[in-house]
Amino acid sequence: MTTAVNKQQTATADSQATRDAGLIKRRQTAVYVYEAPLRLWHWVTVFSVLTLCVTGYLIGSPLPTLPGEASDNYLMGYIRFAHFAAGYLLAVAFIGRIYWALVGNSHARELFLVPLHRVQWWREAWHEVRWYLFLEKTPKKYIGHNPLGQCAMFFMFVLGNLFMIFTGFALYGEGLGQDSWADQLFGWLIPLLGQSQGVHSWHHLGMWYLIIFVMIHVYVAVREDIMSRQSLISTMIGGWRMFKDDRPD
Amino acid sequence: MSQIETFYEVMRRQGITRRSFLKYCSLTAAALGLGPTFAPKIANAMETKPRTPVLWLHGLECTCCSESFIRSAHPLVKDVVLSMISLDYDDTLMAAAGHQAEQSLEDTMKKYKGEYILAVEGNPPLNEDGMFCIVGGKPFLDQLKHAAKDAKAIIAWGSCASWGCVQAARPNPTQAVPIHKVITDKPIIKVPGCPPIAEVMTGVITYMLTFGCIPELDRQGRPKMFYSQRIHDKCYRRPHFDAGQFVEHWDDEGARKGYCLYKVGCKGPTTYNACSTVRWNEGTSFPIQAGHGCIGCSEEGFWDKGSFYDRLSNIQQFGIEQNADQIGMAVAGGVGAAIAGHAAVSAIKRAQHKGEQES
Repeated sequence: MTTAVNKQQTATADSQATRDAGLIKRRQTAVYVYEAPLRLWHWVTVFSVLTLCVTGYLIGSPLPTLPGEASDNYLMGYIRFAHFAAGYLLAVAFIGRIYWALVGNSHARELFLVPLHRVQWWREAWHEVRWYLFLEKTPKKYIGHNPLGQCAMFFMFVLGNLFMIFTGFALYGEGLGQDSWADQLFGWLIPLLGQSQGVHSWHHLGMWYLIIFVMIHVYVAVREDIMSRQSLISTMIGGWRMFKDDRPD
Repeated sequence: MSQIETFYEVMRRQGITRRSFLKYCSLTAAALGLGPTFAPKIANAMETKPRTPVLWLHGLECTCCSESFIRSAHPLVKDVVLSMISLDYDDTLMAAAGHQAEQSLEDTMKKYKGEYILAVEGNPPLNEDGMFCIVGGKPFLDQLKHAAKDAKAIIAWGSCASWGCVQAARPNPTQAVPIHKVITDKPIIKVPGCPPIAEVMTGVITYMLTFGCIPELDRQGRPKMFYSQRIHDKCYRRPHFDAGQFVEHWDDEGARKGYCLYKVGCKGPTTYNACSTVRWNEGTSFPIQAGHGCIGCSEEGFWDKGSFYDRLSNIQQFGIEQNADQIGMAVAGGVGAAIAGHAAVSAIKRAQHKGEQES
């Protein structure tokens, strides 16, 4: 999908370029990819996930015991509050993100739709794997995500995030009580995943799944920003995708 | 069935005054979480309704449920409920034995077809055609299915009947299964716990006898009035949890001060039961009050969740005993090393590429 757009744009220049024996040098192009609500969502999610990981870890393995009266301290209470508040923020932002996929530009939908049925997509995915294994000299240009990036986004982030939202609110519903909205919507997960203790363990593993995603995501974003043919990090800040060269993909 | 005595008649025959009877009705209403207006309703029901026969079967179990039941704190509950329910068959408590005992089971089943309550303690093993548990010369599985056929409702006493408990823990050589796996066409009320609290057991029976229907159940078939909250939600040590004050070791200052047992593996936050409100032995105490964490005995598969003294469960599926953090950190470490290696190669490649371009 992404390359198609790109191709359309470069097609005319391409034929021109071949006719002129590749001598014409066009200026760097820029495409507006990430609209403001999408960028806001990205950074809100970054903030929530960081908060959730730190507080979640501390709920599983609490800090050393505090001295003094119980009534003078509320450390676990504050940590849990931060966790629940950040959880709500993450979930509400994610609902907003789904809404934006419906009303935003075509790039806003890429996160949720992986074109697994398209042969061309698989071919490009293979090319991307070879690029990461240092077997390709030049990567392809992409306005949106490359196929591998799209895979990571969907299978690691979207599914991981949904899993954490579902299990998280199932556990939250235990505290809200039976017949609370969270229990009614997500409580069915608890007997399914090995009762409360089992859901806690799965939720904990889910955190590590997302941490691993974040590690890969940040590394690849930095690496691609340097080594690929388009901007990455500045795009998620300003919304514009800059291309570093005018050669066809 | 007019010849059968009502609950009230049984109580009077046992020398219980009307005053005590009414007190019992009020107490029962309070214990079941009903308003004061329900006390006369309970009294009326007990005065007019004939008693319901209960058949109590024992499968693969340790009889701790029976032991708990006969120690119910309120003497009225113990004496009256036991006689009230007309326990027509309970091979560990009844006077009859052998063929006579089995005969009384058949008689009750015939006489009160579709009317009796079946209480099951323990569970059936399925392996080797059920030969691991024989009652009256036949596999318990057969007796259970036979007795369940004409029952009005079924009570699953304890974690054995509800979830499987220790005999169903890995590797479960006898293939013991909770009763809902073999009885699928009757309402089953799960009263889990190893054992369940005596007052919870008598409370469930009293509710069913008084109102003639099963109490409101949660998603997993447990009565909501006793199993809707976790031990942690009503624990008297909860303020120490919220304050971040924990027992770090069994002999430390926190243990002496009665801090929260979360870090030494208390399963209170993941266990649904009434221990922290009803407590045990006439409300004397419960495990956390005695200084030991909850082991989560009323939760499904609690034997297979790793040590009773670890906060994070071990995850056996990985072959080695590791908790979520150990697994997560190991994988994250591996991914981190891979990223570092990949970054290094990328840098070298880039430097080479630049060198080529410049030359």
